[in-house]
Amino acid sequence: MAEAKSENKVTVVALVENEPGVLNRIASMFRRRAFNIDSLTVGRTHRPHISRMTIRVVAGPEYAMKIAANLQKLVNVIDVRVLDNEPHIERDLALIKVRNDDADSRNTITEICDRYPARIVDVGPEVAIIEMVGTETILEQFIEEVRPTGIVEMIRTGVVSMGRGTRIHDTTFINRRQLLEAVEKARGGNGRIV
Amino acid sequence: MKLKGSEIIMECLLREGVDVMFGYPGGAILPTYDAMAKYDDRIHHVLVRHEQGASHMADGYARATGKVGVCIATSGPGATNLVTGLATAMMDSSAMVAITGQVPIPAIGSDAFQETDVTGVTLPITKHNYLVTDVNELAYTMKEAFHIARTGRPGPVLVDVPKDVQNAEIEFVYPEADIVLPGYHPPSAARTHEIDGALRLIAEAERPIILAGHGITMSGAMNELRELSERAQIPVALTLLGKGAMPEDHPLVIGMMGMHGEASSNLAIQEADLLIALGMRFDDRVTGNLKTYAVNARKIHVDIDRSELNKNVKADVGIAGDLKTVLTQLLPKLQQKSHPDWIRQIRDWLEDSSERDILNYETPGRLLTAQVINDIWRLTGGDAITVTDVGQHQMLEAQYYPHQRPATLLTSGGLGTMGFGFPAAIGAKFGKPDEEIWAIVGDGGFQMTLCELATAKQENINVNIAIINNNFLGMVRQWQELFFEKRYQATPMVNPDFCKLADAYDIPNRLVTRREEIEDAVQFARGIDGPTLIEFVVEKEEMVYPMVPAGADLHDMKRRPKPGEL
Repeated sequence: MAEAKSENKVTVVALVENEPGVLNRIASMFRRRAFNIDSLTVGRTHRPHISRMTIRVVAGPEYAMKIAANLQKLVNVIDVRVLDNEPHIERDLALIKVRNDDADSRNTITEICDRYPARIVDVGPEVAIIEMVGTETILEQFIEEVRPTGIVEMIRTGVVSMGRGTRIHDTTFINRRQLLEAVEKARGGNGRIV
Repeated sequence: MKLKGSEIIMECLLREGVDVMFGYPGGAILPTYDAMAKYDDRIHHVLVRHEQGASHMADGYARATGKVGVCIATSGPGATNLVTGLATAMMDSSAMVAITGQVPIPAIGSDAFQETDVTGVTLPITKHNYLVTDVNELAYTMKEAFHIARTGRPGPVLVDVPKDVQNAEIEFVYPEADIVLPGYHPPSAARTHEIDGALRLIAEAERPIILAGHGITMSGAMNELRELSERAQIPVALTLLGKGAMPEDHPLVIGMMGMHGEASSNLAIQEADLLIALGMRFDDRVTGNLKTYAVNARKIHVDIDRSELNKNVKADVGIAGDLKTVLTQLLPKLQQKSHPDWIRQIRDWLEDSSERDILNYETPGRLLTAQVINDIWRLTGGDAITVTDVGQHQMLEAQYYPHQRPATLLTSGGLGTMGFGFPAAIGAKFGKPDEEIWAIVGDGGFQMTLCELATAKQENINVNIAIINNNFLGMVRQWQELFFEKRYQATPMVNPDFCKLADAYDIPNRLVTRREEIEDAVQFARGIDGPTLIEFVVEKEEMVYPMVPAGADLHDMKRRPKPGEL
């Protein structure tokens, strides 16, 4: 199922080399091209030298290809895919600390959490922490329901996305490190900076 | 063979075919300067007087030769002085490698003496950059830097090398294997359906026009462009950096387009039913108001940089590819065509333009920039490499010095960098020692980098400097006259005596105040093997026409005044 989201956002997924400074290069590109990042998540993939980013940009769909082309232009960006027009899964995770200091609020929170993919992960005498995972839209609905109870603190990871089906968004290559190891071998080992 | 990092840098430069580098020493790059001595017979180092000069020289060298230009500077202020040159090269897709020293790795991040985060500073104005933190990666990084600088859409690459990496010693093995970059695959050929789409639009067009840009000369697609134009009888308008893509005396070449382009070219673009944009990027100085730009035309856009397609102007057929490759794919299937009415229409516009031409005016007692430039064209047989600065003289050069060959007009188009012309001319001469080089500069821009007079003298480099002196920042003054009711705020200039200045550097010079003196002075300069300087004192309040005011419709030109209106 293609999950609903607001019209004026573009979601792109990028595979990037896991090298120092790559996040800075990408953030810098968005800033200088005047694209406004809504959320950006980054993490390692099953190949340690490749990181994967999900970038949500506040922009109409007509900007999707522009964003992709400018990302692709960066040397460290291996592959880019725009996910808006194809079936994909998206998830956002929030930790929400709410007031929990009377029976009413405790009951309300438990009741709301039962109706959502949310669970209470920490309970104290005054506050509790809820972990909620879902699409951006559902997450926002949930937050609005919880808000009257009294949100004390909140953090969201930002959206992560993955295309559905068999089109695999991944790549294999001889990375820089492996190449250098080959050079190193030819050199006969050692030779690090002292 | 055990080598230090500094020597590895030199070895890598040798293997890239570098024969000259432009730079300025300092603490953090000293180990590499020390290593240079050993390579002095193969790589000549030019000592500049300001690192900005080094960056423009490397750029000028690259533009003149099509090879990668190299500049080198120390950390901190040395590196930040390169910034303007890197941004200039970035905007005009000039292949450059800049090597900068950096404080030793343990000191990075401590605000050490002469420490600047140079990779951070230059990130948006380089095609790519590196901070080398391991001497084992140095050779590979250098090779990668040159590969990225010269392939695809060329651009500047900066390699920042900490002092301890330059000093570290390792067994040197040059990485012979080809560069493999997982995320870097410049496009080359077009897909068949793209070629077919382009051919269909060409076949259907009645009023087609080719917009030829810098990409033609960088891809070496001059012959292919000419064949396309001749076989389908399509007139060619040139961008500023596209000059030389096709000989300007060719009957199908209709001149420069854009803000100070020929009226005939701009009118043709507005009236066309097909634009074939080849290696140009629809800069705002070329299009004027995008909402009214070529509204009746379909567009074919070929560029090696995919992000240029549909950036400013939506393409009906957009092809990301190398121009020579793409045109070679297209030509065998291209039908002969003719558009006699269209060509006749454009010729009428052309004649209207030349009637109004300033060169036909009687201007006794006054020296006009256009006359100076046109006389230099005549006296050099139209065959010199001219390197301009930025402003009125630059636009008048583009109008009055027709170029026949590619890479013979070197000018800062995208960034519009004042101070570019003179050092870039020095760089160009190192790349093309057998060519006649003229730096045509204004009094304002020249003073931004005139310290390189000492470099020119020290190298005894044969560059002729033509200073077009109107004691004004002429183009800014023109805007003030047209759009700010002649309030000449901060544009009049009190200048030094440029001839005395040349004397101080022991550079032969002439002063020209009347048209009759031009020929003698130009021939004087041509006869001297070494730097020369001519100061042309021109009309103070000259205007450059035609002109499309910034943001106006492209057909809404201020035309050249008729004789008598001047």
